[in-house]
Amino acid sequence: MSARRIFAGPARLAAIAPYAWMVLFFLVPFGFVLKISLSQTAIAQPPYVPVFDVTEGWASIKAAFGQLSLDNFRLLVSDDLYISSYLRSVLVAVISTAILLLIGYPVAYGMARLPKRWQPIAMMLVIVPFWTSFLIRIYAWINILQHDGLLNKVLLALHIVSKPVVWLSTDTAMYIGIVYSYLPFMILPLYATLAKMDGSLLEAAGDLGASPARAFWLVTFPLSLPGVAAGVLLCFIPIVGEFVIPDLLAGSGSMMIGQTLWLEFFTNKDWPVASAAAVALLLLLIPPLLLYDRLQRRTLAGGG
Amino acid sequence: MGRRVNQMSRFNITALALGLAFLYLPIVILILYSFNASRLVTVWGGWSLRWYHEFFNDRAMLDAAWMSLRVAAVSATVATLLGTLAAIGLARGERFKGRSLFSSMLYAPLVMPEVISGLSLLLLFVALNAERGFWTVTIAHTTLTMCFVTVVVQSRLASLDRSLEEAAMDLGCDPVKAFLSVTLPLIVPAIVAGWMLAFTLSLDDVVIASFTTGPGSATLPIRIYSEVRLGVKPEINAICTMVIALIAVVIVIASFASKLSSSQGKSAAPL
Repeated sequence: MSARRIFAGPARLAAIAPYAWMVLFFLVPFGFVLKISLSQTAIAQPPYVPVFDVTEGWASIKAAFGQLSLDNFRLLVSDDLYISSYLRSVLVAVISTAILLLIGYPVAYGMARLPKRWQPIAMMLVIVPFWTSFLIRIYAWINILQHDGLLNKVLLALHIVSKPVVWLSTDTAMYIGIVYSYLPFMILPLYATLAKMDGSLLEAAGDLGASPARAFWLVTFPLSLPGVAAGVLLCFIPIVGEFVIPDLLAGSGSMMIGQTLWLEFFTNKDWPVASAAAVALLLLLIPPLLLYDRLQRRTLAGGG
Repeated sequence: MGRRVNQMSRFNITALALGLAFLYLPIVILILYSFNASRLVTVWGGWSLRWYHEFFNDRAMLDAAWMSLRVAAVSATVATLLGTLAAIGLARGERFKGRSLFSSMLYAPLVMPEVISGLSLLLLFVALNAERGFWTVTIAHTTLTMCFVTVVVQSRLASLDRSLEEAAMDLGCDPVKAFLSVTLPLIVPAIVAGWMLAFTLSLDDVVIASFTTGPGSATLPIRIYSEVRLGVKPEINAICTMVIALIAVVIVIASFASKLSSSQGKSAAPL
């Protein structure tokens, strides 16, 4: 025990540099987002008027608090474009996460039931696409889903459809892209909990007369809930703010909040409104982020 | 493990096979079409390296590829250094002031939507009056990828038997020496895997790079992205195939490293 305590000193010193880095490049930037979300839009470079300037001392900060502008947030809650893109983001994330769970669970279950020596290979096979460029994988689907793409050719050849179906620029294409990209994030935590499960529990349930299906619902599924929670959060949180997939695969009709933010920033050059959209998105994500943080800490501190 | 548990049902095999086919088929098709001689992406016109020639004559694409490789190499290296230090602090530092803030700052970017990270970093760079380009993208990628390195190295550290370190100290090593001579060699495979992961993540990012780069210094994913928005082009298939080949080499090295890692102890890397 004492050796551990002696270790703790130098280990804490090791944390100083990454700590400083994360404060400067992760924490402090949120302060700027908040600050600029409260600023006025201006036609200038950069395109906003700062509401207060820290360099002018405490008096000016106090004076400035009186004139903080909530206009950008007022715009967010009054304009249908923003409200509908928030609702759409949450809806898309909920539906995608549900599909991911429905597909990911059987795959993870199949992996966990493989003979022991095959399991590392199966895990590798699931991880490899995660390493392969995400943008390229989305592009691969555009190849398949386009008007004269492979999917339509196969469907036509099999006489399932009589003329090519429009796949690109639809919600179906977007859901395919999201599920495809996030599937490893769902499978891996599920597999981790399912593989650790003690098989004798299932045998006991079987010996006591439970059918395999009943044993699954009474034993396996409840025990896998931590993995389910991890997989759901790992998918849900980033999907809410997803930009590239809906931009490339979904139609231009309705946007997700990530697209709205992008549009305000790059096309309309309205940095304050883009910042306000980011703050609102962050507020929406705080509850799932807190849950995720607790889960991560338990997994990593608990000896992995 | 009982017999019944390891028995494979037809359902299990089917689920697994379908899942893997879903993951791999699109990539296989993409690679095949990159060797297609026809300009029409969907008509097979025989094997050809035409689109690869096209890429090597495309100055803008080559510049972007070079920029991306440099950003990925530098940011992965800095991220591995910082991420490993952070993992040591978290796994061996026990309790210290601000520890929970530290771990939250390191776990949050793993799931944080990229539009938020990108926008917030850009606003910081603007406030600091930094010239946007290679260095701002590199810093942004370092910030994101060091968190992945931390998780990989930390889970490896957590799974190590600490009695080894304690034994070294009982034998007269000071903590730093005990760590360097006993623990560090054991976590090298995780550190290597962390570097590889950081490299591939940096090579892949569109959103954060779009926010933090300046005019005239586009990365490869930014270029690919703007081409893809205009539709499918055979040249893009060729570029994507080369990126996949590069990543495949990286994965082979990383899996070799993690095989070393798992043969020396239980591997618990979640990624």
